[in-house]
Amino acid sequence: MSAVAANSSWRHLKYVATENPVTLAAFLMFTGFVLMALVGPWIAPYDPLASDTAHALRPPSARNWFGTDSLGRDILSRIIVATRLDFGIAVCAVAASFALGAALGALAGFFGGWTDRIVGRVSDTIMAFPLFVLAMGIVAALGNTVANIILATAIINLPFYIRVARAEVNVRRNAGYVEAARLAGNSDLRTLALHVFPNVLPPMMVQISLNMGWAILNAAGLSFIGLGVRPPQAEWGIMVAEGATYIISGEWWIALFPGAALMLAVFTFNLLGDGLRDLMDPRTRT
Amino acid sequence: MSLLEVKDLTLEFRTRSGTVRALENVGLTVDKGETVGIVGESGSGKSVLSYAAMRILDPAARITRGSVHFAGQDVLAASEHDMQQVRGREMAMIFQSPRTALNPIRRAGRQIEDVLRVHTTTLRSDLRKRAIEALAQVRIPDPERRYQAYPFELSGGQCQRVMIALALACDPQLLIADEPTTGLDVTTQAAVMALVSELARARGMATVLITHDLALASEYCDRIVVMHAGHVVEEAPTAELFRAPRHPYTARLIASTPTPQKSVDGLSSIPGNLPDLRRADLPSCRFLARCERALESCASQALPDVPVAAAHRVHCFNPL
Amino acid sequence: MSPVLECVELKKHFAVGRASRLHAVDNVSFAIGAGESVGLVGESGCGKSTLVRLVTRMLDPSAGDIVYRGRNIGFIPARVFAATPFRPKIQMVFQDPSDSLNPRHTAFDAIAEPVRRLGNGKPVAPQVEQAARKVGLPGELLPRYPHQLSGGQKARVGIARAIALEPDLLVLDEPTAALDVSVQATILKLLAQLKRDLGMSYLFVSHDLNVVRMLCDRVIVMYLGRIVEQGPAQAIFDAPAHPYTRALIQAIPSVGGRPEGRELLPGEPRSPIDPDPRVCRFFGRCPKQVDRCQKEAPLLRELRPGHFVACHFA
Repeated sequence: MSAVAANSSWRHLKYVATENPVTLAAFLMFTGFVLMALVGPWIAPYDPLASDTAHALRPPSARNWFGTDSLGRDILSRIIVATRLDFGIAVCAVAASFALGAALGALAGFFGGWTDRIVGRVSDTIMAFPLFVLAMGIVAALGNTVANIILATAIINLPFYIRVARAEVNVRRNAGYVEAARLAGNSDLRTLALHVFPNVLPPMMVQISLNMGWAILNAAGLSFIGLGVRPPQAEWGIMVAEGATYIISGEWWIALFPGAALMLAVFTFNLLGDGLRDLMDPRTRT
Repeated sequence: MSLLEVKDLTLEFRTRSGTVRALENVGLTVDKGETVGIVGESGSGKSVLSYAAMRILDPAARITRGSVHFAGQDVLAASEHDMQQVRGREMAMIFQSPRTALNPIRRAGRQIEDVLRVHTTTLRSDLRKRAIEALAQVRIPDPERRYQAYPFELSGGQCQRVMIALALACDPQLLIADEPTTGLDVTTQAAVMALVSELARARGMATVLITHDLALASEYCDRIVVMHAGHVVEEAPTAELFRAPRHPYTARLIASTPTPQKSVDGLSSIPGNLPDLRRADLPSCRFLARCERALESCASQALPDVPVAAAHRVHCFNPL
Repeated sequence: MSPVLECVELKKHFAVGRASRLHAVDNVSFAIGAGESVGLVGESGCGKSTLVRLVTRMLDPSAGDIVYRGRNIGFIPARVFAATPFRPKIQMVFQDPSDSLNPRHTAFDAIAEPVRRLGNGKPVAPQVEQAARKVGLPGELLPRYPHQLSGGQKARVGIARAIALEPDLLVLDEPTAALDVSVQATILKLLAQLKRDLGMSYLFVSHDLNVVRMLCDRVIVMYLGRIVEQGPAQAIFDAPAHPYTRALIQAIPSVGGRPEGRELLPGEPRSPIDPDPRVCRFFGRCPKQVDRCQKEAPLLRELRPGHFVACHFA
């Protein structure tokens, strides 16, 4: 990318971020989360796995900002470290889902015919199951590992991307610039990949962002019921599960803080969606 | 008293990229029974003017000056309830792209009945009959069958006729036709315009024809108002306008319209582009940058209203 | 000398439902000579869009031949046509510049695309700049995106893109329909000048007959998939022989024209689905119809040298 183009991309990023304060807030929070994911283990005040039964079930204090859980582990440390795992799962699952789903949907939307029918039936089959139950089934069948959570989340998410990509490509299929691309000597596949698909990306960005939040919730949900992440690993869902049993006895902080982290992460992704779409859409460039 | 009177109307739109000064000091009068053409290119504000007259502007619009009076009533000050009595009954509008202007999931006949039900005291049992009559009046062949049709089953010309039937169902005093034939075939255009003008004549209805097609306006309008970038630049009776245009823009517009007699080399063009209406530093005359007769006063002094001949006015410091 | 393009008994039918067929283009034959500008007029549903897609080889014919400089290109399937050396020779300018430019590509990219895909490996930038110069597009506009360009500028980009590889035949599909009148004049002059300078042939599709008259040597009038009249532009406009052509020309509004004397066409066009081959396609709307018109569909015959009409009464 030439210096001029890189410069204008940076300027465009600044414009999008500053034009809408909500977008700016979302970018900042997202950056915060990413930083936590990257350097979490180093900035956590305590070892997230170290149990210290002498200080078990302590409410938030100067020593433990978010309190401690039943094994005396510092909740704040566990939340920080869990960021990497939760984000990692969400990013991998969404990336895989997007890559495959968008490709299938785009092919179905562009070529129609049998491609469309087959992709449609695959998508319908997945959607015929209650999605969370299907995820549970996949993890239960293939084994209780993090990799399988990622796989399960990716699979149940496919119809979503297939549908969006198919619809967006279908709308643009007969646009003038698509015919112009053919006249310029592009094969159908090239036209789809290089001319149509880049125009489909902006609307898909919003979907991806919303989806990230959903993927985190999904992973947390699976861990909550005991599938996927095993103790003593720190993960927000598992922490909420552990804390759920203690709410009645009054130790509210064990479930609240991981729950709040989850909520904030999903919220960030939702807000980020609009900003990402503006970033990708050349029409909002001045 | 004129039927529609717009005076000094100034309005702007607040958008993400700035405030668009869409109309400035626009005046328009339409008398009972006459057909007035508003001619201008894209961005001239002709459609916005008509939406202001019916008070169906986008909420981002802000009217900063001026007044609109319809049949003596102050449109801008009226309540929404009062406006709803007027719209469709006294003042009606037909739009471009007739197929998209009709409700795609309601049958044509039903849509006409909707208008009758809201604005007239027609008995329920008579609604269908009157709707079919309305369709017959706009010369739709086989109106009984077309009553049942959905818009997608009708051709572009037929959809436009249905829209005309909708607009005329309550015998309005004023019909605003916003580019009613753009996108229609030229033979269909001829039929639709003939229909509108015949119905207007028969009912003594005033018509405002908004179009970018000068030739079309010349054939059907008694008077023509020429707009450019949110200003009215000239208005005159039709024959007079074409015989002796006084505003440089009008003259250029006429000279760049293809006719059977002209060759390509004989076509004139207008250099430059429309000014960006979001700018704060717009000159008084927005045609300044493209005009070869520009004077110093054109940039700063308020545009004059120069009466050139009977009913012929031009807003220019240096008219032809 | 062989014509640049020749269509021989070209037909395109689309299947409708299980048994019916829509005759979009029905037995169309015409030729375009080198440097000749042929206008194609007709209203919606006449088949000109389909014909354009056949000529530019974006669509395969159901029957008939498309011949480019003596070589039959109709047999080459549309899917692989892009890979043949004929692709750069037949190019098109689209109707709506806003729709035909990829919103994510700059003007430079748009013009460079055919050069990159179909060019001969020579440096791309000089060719793009040269094409831009020919259409009067200032170089500083090349890095801009379509939404940053005016209607006229976008139209120029579309033309530059089409002529970048110096095609023999340029198909123009209503190139000025989406433009304001003042801009249209500039683009029309540009097209006339390019025709003179580059010696291309034009197939100029338009519903605006005044524009066609200005730029075209010959005119083809289509109705419901068939050619009803074709001949020199002057002859068609001054002495139209087919009743449809007459109605079409009469319907054009003109300054100072009187709408009252017009002959308006009643009704709607006949259905193009499974049309009865014995009935004239214009029967039902024609001011002059007799029984013969529904027993024997008229064929194109030469009325005067170079002027053909399909009507029993011409």
